Amino acid sequence: MGELQIKKQAVNYDVIIVGSGAGGGMAAYTLANAGLKVCLLEAGPMYDPAKNVTQLKNPWESPRRGAATRFRPFGDFDACYWGWDIDGEPYTKAAGTQWDWFRARMLGGRTNHWGRISLRFGPKDFKRKSIDGLGEDWPIGYEDIKPYYDKVDQLIGVFGTNEGLENDPDGFFLPPPKPRLHELFIKNAATRAGVRVIPSRMSMLTKPINDKRGACFYCGQCSRGCQVYADFSSSSVLVKPAMATGNIDVIPNAMAREVLTDKEGLATGVSYVNKDDLMEYQVKGRIVVLAASACESARLLLNSKSARHPNGLANSSDVVGRYLHDSTGADMGGVLPQLFDRKRYNEDGVGGMHVYSPWWLDNKKLDFPRGYHIEYWGGQGQPAYGFGMGIQSMNGKFLVNGKQKEAGGYGASLKEDQRFFYGASIGMAGRGEAVAFRHNNCEIDPNVVDKYGIPVLKFNVKWSEHEINQAKHMKETFKEIMHAMGAVITWGGDDGLENNYGLHAPGKIIHEAGTARMGNDPKQSALNKWNQAHDCKNLFVVDGAPFVSQADKNITWTILALSMRASEYIVDQLKKNNL
Amino acid sequence: MDRRKSLKALALGTLSTGLLLDACKETDKKAEAPKTDTTGTGKIDRMPEELEHYNKITADKFFTEHEMATITILADIIIPKDEVSGSASDAKVPDFIEFIVKDMPEHQTPMRGGLRWLDLQCLRQFEKSFKDCSEQQRIAMVDQIAYPNKAKAEMKPGVNFFNLMRDLTCTGFYTSEIGVKDIGYAGNKPNQWNGVPEEVLKQYNLAYTEKENAECVSYK
Repeated sequence: MGELQIKKQAVNYDVIIVGSGAGGGMAAYTLANAGLKVCLLEAGPMYDPAKNVTQLKNPWESPRRGAATRFRPFGDFDACYWGWDIDGEPYTKAAGTQWDWFRARMLGGRTNHWGRISLRFGPKDFKRKSIDGLGEDWPIGYEDIKPYYDKVDQLIGVFGTNEGLENDPDGFFLPPPKPRLHELFIKNAATRAGVRVIPSRMSMLTKPINDKRGACFYCGQCSRGCQVYADFSSSSVLVKPAMATGNIDVIPNAMAREVLTDKEGLATGVSYVNKDDLMEYQVKGRIVVLAASACESARLLLNSKSARHPNGLANSSDVVGRYLHDSTGADMGGVLPQLFDRKRYNEDGVGGMHVYSPWWLDNKKLDFPRGYHIEYWGGQGQPAYGFGMGIQSMNGKFLVNGKQKEAGGYGASLKEDQRFFYGASIGMAGRGEAVAFRHNNCEIDPNVVDKYGIPVLKFNVKWSEHEINQAKHMKETFKEIMHAMGAVITWGGDDGLENNYGLHAPGKIIHEAGTARMGNDPKQSALNKWNQAHDCKNLFVVDGAPFVSQADKNITWTILALSMRASEYIVDQLKKNNL
Repeated sequence: MDRRKSLKALALGTLSTGLLLDACKETDKKAEAPKTDTTGTGKIDRMPEELEHYNKITADKFFTEHEMATITILADIIIPKDEVSGSASDAKVPDFIEFIVKDMPEHQTPMRGGLRWLDLQCLRQFEKSFKDCSEQQRIAMVDQIAYPNKAKAEMKPGVNFFNLMRDLTCTGFYTSEIGVKDIGYAGNKPNQWNGVPEEVLKQYNLAYTEKENAECVSYK
């Protein structure tokens, strides 16, 4: 290796953004359109779903038939580079704890493959402490964020229906797709079991909204990225138009090392290592916006120590890295005998469910404080690795075309069985709110660095009885719904206290949040209600880190709304010479 | 239905139609010559690290010729040609199995050991390896391991092996072009979703509600 030197960029940007997912993409879009000179650092390569295509491919076009790899944990066609395990970028865990950390390394981050479930938080979601005494209230309420949800709905596009529900607010919705066959069965059964089922709210364009993006053509493959940009990805919907303004330089393969500060403790820029040439760089700017993901942003802050910020940047409160929480998750699957030997037709629909169940109960009457929503799936999907396996657990259990068969087998009879059972599986998943606790945290591991020499995160997270009791309730509900529709449970039906009722390890649902929470009290929070650091006024965080709590809703829509709000605040404060 | 014609029927903007047509040409092209390349390298978006992994694991063969011959016979017993579709070997399932054990090394020992167990059983019962047995003898052997609930206890290793072999054969077959056609998966093509077909709703005595009909998107 030659002499190590740090290359300093000559340009002095108005804003440097770290990370190009939902939060960073929205900041880039808003700030570049406001005429500011922006530098966007992304730790992975450039990515454009119109060019980097895995959509509309057949299973045999993957040698592993779509099976997962370390490089693509959600399958070989999934539009996400990396995931749980990145070469040379480890993380550690405290003994006896679990946290699985999913990291995308690509322009647009995890929004390229995400589920597109686009839910607003409701009024209660900002005031949970006032309701149940746990955690903390947000420093803002629904009325503060509503105008931004409205703008996000219209800018990006989301389908759904206005149902007038108190804590699942109405929005500006495109028309939803009609339910599929299994979804009609689920809707009827769940309704009988007392569970409300409504059209899902997801960011696919069922109608065109502008001349830059096409409308959905129902291939059901949003997780592969959309060549006509008919679904929301930060790469295609935010960063691409931001680049068209000419006001933004995107630097791919730039792994941020540290936020640089001056003697007064103000941010002056970001240092990073370029993954291509492995050289060290510094980029200077008036304002730094972190959107690297809740945990990566916390890592950056904690690694940015200085005389003015001895506990890490923006961390005089000692809350950075703390209150880390993920959505809860528990699932169940089965088969619907009514659908055996069903007629074949294309029911791909949008990439995901057409109906879902928002939280429908009052936690005051339950033994757990926070709610969950239910997602559903099933039907005649595209075969992929795993398809047709385990037939011996099916063909002895159910009559096949009226015949009782011995479990297992082979030959023409086996082919008959596979045709008979195709398209009859169904499943459901609860995704709930966990309570954010101070003791659930990530911190810098004093012993371990990644391949760039950057100290890595050590996680220390455990579920509490609140989440375990919630998972128990999920499983009971799923069983009721399955029973009401005459389905036979094939997996996820035997969980009990010994395995936390099938509750997934924290991190698994990939809704990391809470690590630099906002608040009015600088002693109890890292950021103020504008996502601005209490300790460093020209530093903002706009990913999942500012979340005080994350509701029983997927967090992306709220990241987008808060990032837009923070970005407009930055523009306003610059105009007023306050930054 | 001709995809290009169906596409023209889609009332989309010019931009998306153009892109869709390109996407469609791409799929049509693949449909014409799917067997020329099953590697996925260069046909679907790959990171350099993925290509490197692919090249590394495919540089060597895992199964011996004898093992591959046995796998081929077994795969065609599990999925033979019938009136609807071809056999496992028609769908190149043995090649898939050779690849997948290299991609998922956890399958290597159960497959290798299972094949050896099978040969030893055949040697004991018929004084020949499975491959060299008559068709009748092969079926007699397979019948002892293909039905988990009635197999004898001493056949358990064979049952486990056959379960794995059946899983890999089925998954390899139904994710091939022949298998996807057999199972009748009708998607993976641009279309407009108007809900469950009318005759299917009738079959299950279901109907959309007035609310759904009024609120949901429909295309002419």
